[in-house]
Amino acid sequence: MTTRSSGRHKVLIIDDEPQIRRLIHAALTRADHATVEAANAREALDKLREERPDICLLDLGLPDRDGLELVPLIKRDSDASLIVISARDATEQKVAALDLGADDYLTKPFDTDEMLARVRVALRNRMTKDGGVSMVRAGDVAIDLMARIVTRGGQEVHLTPKEYGVLAQLAKYPGRVITHQQIMAQVWPNEHAHHVEYLRVLVRTLRQKLEDDPQRPRIIANELGIGYRLKEADGA
Amino acid sequence: MSEPERRDPEAYLRQAAREGRGRLKIFLGAAPGVGKTYEMLIDGMQRLKAGVDVVVGVVETHGRRETEALLHGHEVISRRAVDHQGHGLGEMDLDAILARRPGLVLVDELAHSNAPGSRHPKRYQDVEELLDAGIDVYSTVNIQHVESLNDVVASFTRVRVRETVPDSILETAEIEVVDIPPDELIDRLKEGKVYIPAEASRALNHFFSKSNLTALREMALRRAAQAVDAQMLDYVRAHALAGSFAAGERVVVAIGELPSAQGLVRAAKRLADALKAPWTAVHIETQRSLAFTAEERGHLADTMALASRLGGTTATIPAPSVVAGLRQYAADARATQIVIGKASRSWWFELRHGSVVDRLVRAMEDVAIHVLPGDRFAPPRRTARMGPWGKPADYLWSTAMIALMTAIGRLLVQTIALGNIALLYLVPVMFAAASFGLRAGLFAGLLSSLAYNFFFLPPTGTLTVSNPENVISILVLLGVAIVTSQFAARVRAQADLAHGSARQNAALAGFSRQLTAASSQDELMHAICAEVGRMFDVRTVLLLPSPDGPQLRAAVPPEDRLEQIEKAAAQWAMDNEQPAGRGSSTLTASDWLFHPLRTTRGVLGVLGLAREDAGEPLRSDQLPLLMSLLDQASIAFDRMALEEEMLDARQIRERDRLRSALLSSVGHDLRTPLTTIISAAHELKRQHPCDLADTVEAEALRLTRFVANLLDMARVEAGALPLKLEPVDLFDAVAGAVHDTRQSLGRHEVKVDILPDIPLVRVDPTLLHHILINLLDNAGRYADPDTPVTIQGQRLPGAITLSVIDQGPGIPPGSEARVFDTFTRMEGSDRAKHGTGLGLAIVKGFAEAMGLGVSAANRANPPGACFTLRFPQASILSPLADEDMP
Repeated sequence: MTTRSSGRHKVLIIDDEPQIRRLIHAALTRADHATVEAANAREALDKLREERPDICLLDLGLPDRDGLELVPLIKRDSDASLIVISARDATEQKVAALDLGADDYLTKPFDTDEMLARVRVALRNRMTKDGGVSMVRAGDVAIDLMARIVTRGGQEVHLTPKEYGVLAQLAKYPGRVITHQQIMAQVWPNEHAHHVEYLRVLVRTLRQKLEDDPQRPRIIANELGIGYRLKEADGA
Repeated sequence: MSEPERRDPEAYLRQAAREGRGRLKIFLGAAPGVGKTYEMLIDGMQRLKAGVDVVVGVVETHGRRETEALLHGHEVISRRAVDHQGHGLGEMDLDAILARRPGLVLVDELAHSNAPGSRHPKRYQDVEELLDAGIDVYSTVNIQHVESLNDVVASFTRVRVRETVPDSILETAEIEVVDIPPDELIDRLKEGKVYIPAEASRALNHFFSKSNLTALREMALRRAAQAVDAQMLDYVRAHALAGSFAAGERVVVAIGELPSAQGLVRAAKRLADALKAPWTAVHIETQRSLAFTAEERGHLADTMALASRLGGTTATIPAPSVVAGLRQYAADARATQIVIGKASRSWWFELRHGSVVDRLVRAMEDVAIHVLPGDRFAPPRRTARMGPWGKPADYLWSTAMIALMTAIGRLLVQTIALGNIALLYLVPVMFAAASFGLRAGLFAGLLSSLAYNFFFLPPTGTLTVSNPENVISILVLLGVAIVTSQFAARVRAQADLAHGSARQNAALAGFSRQLTAASSQDELMHAICAEVGRMFDVRTVLLLPSPDGPQLRAAVPPEDRLEQIEKAAAQWAMDNEQPAGRGSSTLTASDWLFHPLRTTRGVLGVLGLAREDAGEPLRSDQLPLLMSLLDQASIAFDRMALEEEMLDARQIRERDRLRSALLSSVGHDLRTPLTTIISAAHELKRQHPCDLADTVEAEALRLTRFVANLLDMARVEAGALPLKLEPVDLFDAVAGAVHDTRQSLGRHEVKVDILPDIPLVRVDPTLLHHILINLLDNAGRYADPDTPVTIQGQRLPGAITLSVIDQGPGIPPGSEARVFDTFTRMEGSDRAKHGTGLGLAIVKGFAEAMGLGVSAANRANPPGACFTLRFPQASILSPLADEDMP
């Protein structure tokens, strides 16, 4: 439980490239965050204990250790949110990191606004986890997680239990990517073999019920080969 | 005779049957204890390390520690318990292996008989089932278990094994001979390192004699060579290499020792040419062949050489009779036409022996037989062959024995009848005839009758014969001499024949052994030179072709350079695939005789022979042996070439791996500074908005796309893209691609027009993403400014299409297919188009990797280009009904 009052959150940047660290540092400073830096896994674990950051930005390509191994260690030793950074085509690596407990991911090269948006989302989800928010808005859709009611433009939308299940999974952490596995494990808890096919079909009907233009989805965004993300009301 | 390159359908079928089936490799040994199992486990271990899923089906270690140690590295399928007199460790568990589905299974002792109650009575049947299931099998077998050799082996080892494997199994298998020298095997036996099968323990010492082991070893090597031959032949037939084996016709010409046989060869060649058929000149070696004079042997060799020169193959087949040999050979070679000469024999000879032609026609009904007047110019045949005169000592021995018999007869003359005394003389007569030949036998017969007459027949002391009955005794003695000597001569001739061919076989086997031992091409060439030089007592060189003419690669004794004339002869031999130089018909001024080394891939090089004294390098009767040796050498070269090709393939794979490793590390190295530049430009823009920062960011992004494309292209070219197929919603795919190309598309509006209930497709989402990005990029680059780009998704019968349509100049007519080539950029436009020229090549490469079709076309109204991705039925998921969903 963090005691820091307002905007200044502490971010631990774990990357072996000093240029990247400097850049992330500059962007975070602009957004009024404090930063701590680590160039390798050993340093990262030390700083994690000493500095107790709110967020870790972890580049998976570290010189002394596979970045994936660090994911569970960071989640175990701290309550910091974890955003992993990895290369373009490393889809499986990203999925693995997310399934190991990472909160979000960024693909290199990323633009700093995107990074700041992810940091913002992660911080808010931390608050949500602590405080508990039951009302989520995306576009003109509102999801009441307590009452299990979904409205669009004020009108209640009828969803099947499965459709609601999928939407609720995304709405619990708005703006954050949820992997196929994570969604399916919740929606089909008793199925051992999960079929992305079912999920795709459910998302398509959800979009037809919620989106203005289902051909250009703005509420439920697809993350290539990884999962889905609920776009937030503020358009982040 | 229809097409020039008809393939042998049977060979093709055999090959086809092999594909899809598992492959069998047999480790063939001459005797127990040579280390087959050990070798198999080593090989299996290597495959295991190479990533093959290897299991041990059954391996008998017989308690050998080295073998057991090797077994530890392998996954062993436990055996099926068998209740059979409580003996043994159980049988191989076929069902467990089939359920386990390994890539390769090691099965020891192919000839093993399963315990009663097993699915198959024999283990090789289990193996066949494994092969049918597509599982590769390694197995071991000893040569005495091969069915066709079982009798032969039993005849000289006095050990008959009951467990045999059919030859057909060996014919489809790859065979590796596991070979150790007999002495070493005998040592291992003495050290107790050899497990003795029950059958062999009775005759242990006899079985493991050096001569037996040598013979067994030779058989194993020959059997392996035979399998290689058959497989190579199958391959050649199935692929109709070199355009031979045209319409299934095959001409065989039988040749003899007369000069007129050359006319037969030419006639056969003409016939073969007319039929576009391969042809063979064959000499059937019977007992008669032994009695050939040097001149006759010369004629035969000349005829053989002529056949080779004219493009035929040659063969010498030992057989009991010409008809039997020819019939056998014709059947083996699947001859359709036979050419023989009509011998001008006397009516008396034909009456006794029957005409060869008549018997041949009766024996071979489905073969066309051409009879030519062969012996028109034949010299008159000698009517009788007396054989050699023999040594003086032979006659002395005969005389001494007759003297001894006379002395014995004198002692017994009082007690036995006179007629019986004559019988005594049979002993020296038969002995002389059997041991020293007909002349000595006749001499002994004559001398005996004189001695009998002089010493015993009244009146004794004279050579007059009073009683006419006694004339019969004299005639009988002479008759016995003639008959015995002829029988003995025949037996001796057969022994000589067998001895001669054994010697030749031993020479060939020794040669092939030497060649097998060579581990590099240089060693092999040296071994060929050394062995041929030793056998013919000549100097030898081996030359291979090179751009600067024949290049000396090996020589025994070492030779630095050859004269110009020799090089010319070598070159000619290479170019014409015929012998050249001394003793041939071309460039005879050379001191050297060059013979081409022919392989299935054409002439490989030439072997040169020369005599120290600059005489003829080769006697004509040595030619057949040289031909056999050259054949063996060619096979060895082929084998080595195959091995080297495999090595090359490995090196290429290794190089590809290095290249992609290099590319991805370069890609990674570039990506990091690019990330920094992009993010830095972005930050700069935020803090101090300016055009320059915009430019830096845009260009860095473009560079990022180039790097990504280069990496993608490298993956396409490396082949075998790893696919991660999953159900993809085309709406998601298009939305993602449009999002990622929003910058390069600039002011082009993107219209998405996809059938609302379009089915999901099963593709690799990342590859599809890259395809769409490249297509959109391409559209953004070539479309007219401010025109919309349309993405259209349609459902056709049996397919889904996704098209990217722009409005602009389109594709230059005629180059619709070419636009997908690497580094092709569309012409016909003066606008500077920036791109790597890789984009569409990547589209094509990725699409093909996923089995999608891709095409480019122009559209008329409004004009523009249209790129279409076609998802075949196999990639389309059938729509889910609600009740399907769990």
